[in-house]
Amino acid sequence: MSEHKNTDLTVTDGSNELDRFPDPGMPEHKLRMADKDPKAAKRAEAQVVILFLISIVGTIAMLIAYFTIRPDGTTESVRNANLALGLGLFFALMGIGLAAVHWAKTLMSDHEKSEERHPQRSSDEVREAAVAVLKEGAEDSGIARRGVLKGAVVTALALFPLTIVVPLISSIGGDWDIAKFKHTIWRRGTRLAIDPTGKLLKPEDITIGSIVHVIPDVPAEERNSHHWITEKAKAIVLLVRLDQSELKEAPDRKSWSYDGIVAYSKICTHVGCPVALYERQTHHLLCPCHQSTFDVADGAKVVFGPAKRPLPQLPIMVDDEGYLVAQSDFDEPVGPSYWERLK
Amino acid sequence: MKALAARRHHRLTPVVLLLLALLVTGGLYAALAPTSASADTAAVDDIAAGEKLFLANCATCHGVDAEGRDEVPSLIGVGSAAVNFQVGTGRMPMQMNGPQAVAKPAQFDQEQTNQLAAYVASLGPGPSTPTAEQVDPALGDISEGAAIFRTNCAMCHNAVGAGGALSEGKFAPSLWETTETHIYEAMLTGPQSMPVFNDATITPEEKRDVIAFLVDQREGSAGGLSLGSLGPVSEGLWIWIIGIGSLIGCAVWIGAKSS
Amino acid sequence: MSTTQAQGPVAGAADYLDQRTGIATAVKGFARKIFPDHWSFLLGEIALYSFVVLLISGVFLTMFFVPSMGLVEYTGPIASMNGQLVSEAFASTMKLSFEVRGGLLMRQIHHWAALLFMASIVTHMMRVFFTGAFRKPRELNWMVGFILMILGLAAGFTGYSLPDDVLSGNGLRITDGVIKAIPLIGAYMSYMVFGGEFPGADIIPRLFTMHILVVPALILALVGLHLLFVVLHKHTQYPGGGRTDKNVVGFPLFPVYVAKAGGFFFIVFGVIAFMGATMAINNVWNYGPYDPSPVSAGAQPDWYMLFLEGSLRLMPGQTEYVIGGYTLSLNVLIPAVVVPGLLFTFLAIYPFLEAAVTKDKREHHVLDRPRNVPVRTGLGVGFLTAFIILALAGSNDLIATHFSLSINAITWTFRIALFVAPVLAFWITKRICLGLQRKDRELVLHGHETGRIVRFANGEYIEVHKPLNDQERWVRVNYDAHKPLEIEPREDSRGVRRKGFKKDQMLQKLSRFFFEDRIEPVTPAELAAAHSHGEHDQLESHAPAAQLAATDGGAVLSDHTPDDHGHQH
Repeated sequence: MSEHKNTDLTVTDGSNELDRFPDPGMPEHKLRMADKDPKAAKRAEAQVVILFLISIVGTIAMLIAYFTIRPDGTTESVRNANLALGLGLFFALMGIGLAAVHWAKTLMSDHEKSEERHPQRSSDEVREAAVAVLKEGAEDSGIARRGVLKGAVVTALALFPLTIVVPLISSIGGDWDIAKFKHTIWRRGTRLAIDPTGKLLKPEDITIGSIVHVIPDVPAEERNSHHWITEKAKAIVLLVRLDQSELKEAPDRKSWSYDGIVAYSKICTHVGCPVALYERQTHHLLCPCHQSTFDVADGAKVVFGPAKRPLPQLPIMVDDEGYLVAQSDFDEPVGPSYWERLK
Repeated sequence: MKALAARRHHRLTPVVLLLLALLVTGGLYAALAPTSASADTAAVDDIAAGEKLFLANCATCHGVDAEGRDEVPSLIGVGSAAVNFQVGTGRMPMQMNGPQAVAKPAQFDQEQTNQLAAYVASLGPGPSTPTAEQVDPALGDISEGAAIFRTNCAMCHNAVGAGGALSEGKFAPSLWETTETHIYEAMLTGPQSMPVFNDATITPEEKRDVIAFLVDQREGSAGGLSLGSLGPVSEGLWIWIIGIGSLIGCAVWIGAKSS
Repeated sequence: MSTTQAQGPVAGAADYLDQRTGIATAVKGFARKIFPDHWSFLLGEIALYSFVVLLISGVFLTMFFVPSMGLVEYTGPIASMNGQLVSEAFASTMKLSFEVRGGLLMRQIHHWAALLFMASIVTHMMRVFFTGAFRKPRELNWMVGFILMILGLAAGFTGYSLPDDVLSGNGLRITDGVIKAIPLIGAYMSYMVFGGEFPGADIIPRLFTMHILVVPALILALVGLHLLFVVLHKHTQYPGGGRTDKNVVGFPLFPVYVAKAGGFFFIVFGVIAFMGATMAINNVWNYGPYDPSPVSAGAQPDWYMLFLEGSLRLMPGQTEYVIGGYTLSLNVLIPAVVVPGLLFTFLAIYPFLEAAVTKDKREHHVLDRPRNVPVRTGLGVGFLTAFIILALAGSNDLIATHFSLSINAITWTFRIALFVAPVLAFWITKRICLGLQRKDRELVLHGHETGRIVRFANGEYIEVHKPLNDQERWVRVNYDAHKPLEIEPREDSRGVRRKGFKKDQMLQKLSRFFFEDRIEPVTPAELAAAHSHGEHDQLESHAPAAQLAATDGGAVLSDHTPDDHGHQH
């Protein structure tokens, strides 16, 4: 109804039917081989039967394979069992599929039929009747007159979902303490250990050009927990030794390295992948996820890719027993940026 | 080696492994003992022959004193392991400059390579070529190796050693064709972009575990064709080629009029 | 019905059912319902069937999968995992792959079917888009399909992470990083998703519920709605003789489509089974159990998420800002939120946009040939180009290793290509469409080239053209070339500015962009004019008098007019 009122914009298609070619109607139907020749029909039928037979054989073969092939766990035996079962299934399915389609194509009627369409729009009478029914119902309920009742209904319906949403939201985020993003378990004196073996490190273990993936040294039994995995996700560190002459250090961070050994967070400042591809000759660290590249010799600054900030540096030193230890926690949150990062 | 690896998951594995280890150790001893006896006298000849080869093939870039220059590294103190790796994999002598030296058919046979290695090793102490026992995958612990490989190697070389990209056209090569000795030497010496994994950070036993893991991966995938073990990208490519491709083919057949 | 005597068990059962449901009415209506036949109409069926395969194989997998992050020591046949600390989710994935016979096949079938599900949704959407099947009355069904695609992404994403391996764990970590970048609420949303800090101990059970309950239930419901609309609207059909907006021409549901479509289900399942049997997919034992430290080269999501990965990879990092102490990571927000937002918004609103610029209120059931709507086709190709460039950018490391290129150079190339290539693709496609339309006109007006060259007595050479038959012509002339909208002037006759002029003006501009360049279909008058003034006429009038020598194929032109010749072939 409203579409007729909208005449600000006029359509100028001018599709005058006289300018058009007439519809030639449906093309002539061509007979198939199977329609003309009973032998061809017989042949097609045989083909369909054979395809169904292939399916039956496939099913049987699959079942036989299931009961007879027992892989012993080696890659090859599992692969063979998988192949046997899968190919059996393939033939069981494909046989049915091809048979059904071939049957439909060659033996079922291929005379195209035409069916009329009707506009989606209801007729005006139906529309009017529908509106009348709704009006009558609304009138009957008196929703329009009873303002307070209307308000009560709306309020009650709007409020009740809170009974589910509030408990859900308050529990779903654990303790909601996002300040945890700012801290890791590195403390002054925490020893550096090799990931995943847990072996402790001395400066002389690290030669120029080598890289060590490091975790904080915690007792082995503590490493079997989710708490550890979650802490490890923030605490992993890369240890690299560079020639002192190649190492550029900010004045305030001169004391953060030890004899050319520097420690940087392994968590990318972009979206948090472990940045782990170390190119010894260029001192570049490359993230395999999005190719952010950091220069370890120059404060782990970004030299390429989607990260903005350098990797946070872990200040390190050597303890009384000669082991490498942290001087403190990181002085900034590790990993990807978030809104309150600097707050 | 493949047949061995295939049996490794068997119940009797420990027994077989033990027997095998004994056999291999014995065999190695038998094989190595006579050469080590004549090693001292042979060594001098090897170094001399190696020096000749060096002067003819390497000195142009590395210098007659092997001290290197500008971009070319010094070879003093790199040890026989580095030479055996670089020359044995055909990376050296380098034919042309590129983002990195690539493996190609080796220019020298094993004897010449050994002579070169002996000469370079004589220039200064450095990591030496591992023994056959040090790189024997049958003696390594695959599971330990998997854990170490995952943390230290997979980021460049891919989870099962299929290789991967580095920056500026450099790359970490596939490890499927690399010999056990060369894998060991690469870890030990850190060729080109690769960092050094010395014996303090990854012990010789752990290096052997890594080799055992890598050799185990050569059996391929349990699920069928490995599609290069490149992960979801190659899987995605194949679903379009095989999956959508063949199904559109079938759809065209279904939609076409029968003759 | 109730009066019919039941004969035999089938008739008895039918009678029983009908007396209680009146099902005969539905059977009568449905059994002979007409569906048009075309291969491209089966693309949506691939999606439907791969979803059914997902349900079947998924139920199998849930029987063995343990959605728990509880830590256990792996003891099983796989040597490379022996004794390692893994989550129960990972351990059960290993168990169902290696110890449940047929489990690995089902797992591979499930994953291949998931990839196929998304691939077929995309191809189906392409078919609907390029043929204009989304036009009235199907705009709403386009929206339903669009939401189904989004749900497909959600299903894939939630399922991908369930085995708790290193690859998918790093995927989750990237997700966490993207969530954190959302201004104001990002950090809290990260807590909401993971039940605390990443990775925590909750994410796998949560994803599991989403993956096997919420998302599939929604997909199932919307698939039902999607198909209901198809029944309600009846299927669209390609243009051709006897096919109009008022009818549907094709084959009856029973038996032809029951056999064809039913058979196709088995074919789709068969192809997936073949892939599951022969091609390894997502070998989680290669990646190892999730641990926050490792990552492997080739860290990528499944193909349908690659465009997001590529988008993240292409974005330069300079765009992270600190405003008043708060961090705004545009280097993450633009590629991970804005880019997909724009792409998806374009898809979602396109039918409404096109309806606005055509002001076409008619129902359309005959499909467009893509060439006949050059701008739409161009936009579609431009969109796909952008999508493909992003997906390639997401694979840049593999491109680098396989083609010996520098990853940095590839990244820069794609950064530029993302802006240039879609525009170029749009322009080229539009030109090709217009060219094809001109070619159609040419064909209708002058007929097929026959390759037969004849020479007139005066030395002039001419090629004999064979006119199109009615069916061939009809396909090429039966379309509307929309004209740009004309709007009422800014001021009415009394010089009063009218409301809504600005909006109309914008629509008009958009409409011009769409329909400025257009090729009108040939009218009967034009054809008649071509016949009476064209070379045919020339040939005809000269033919009897001239001594014609055929120079090709040895055919000699006799007294027949060229038209007669044409009909003989």
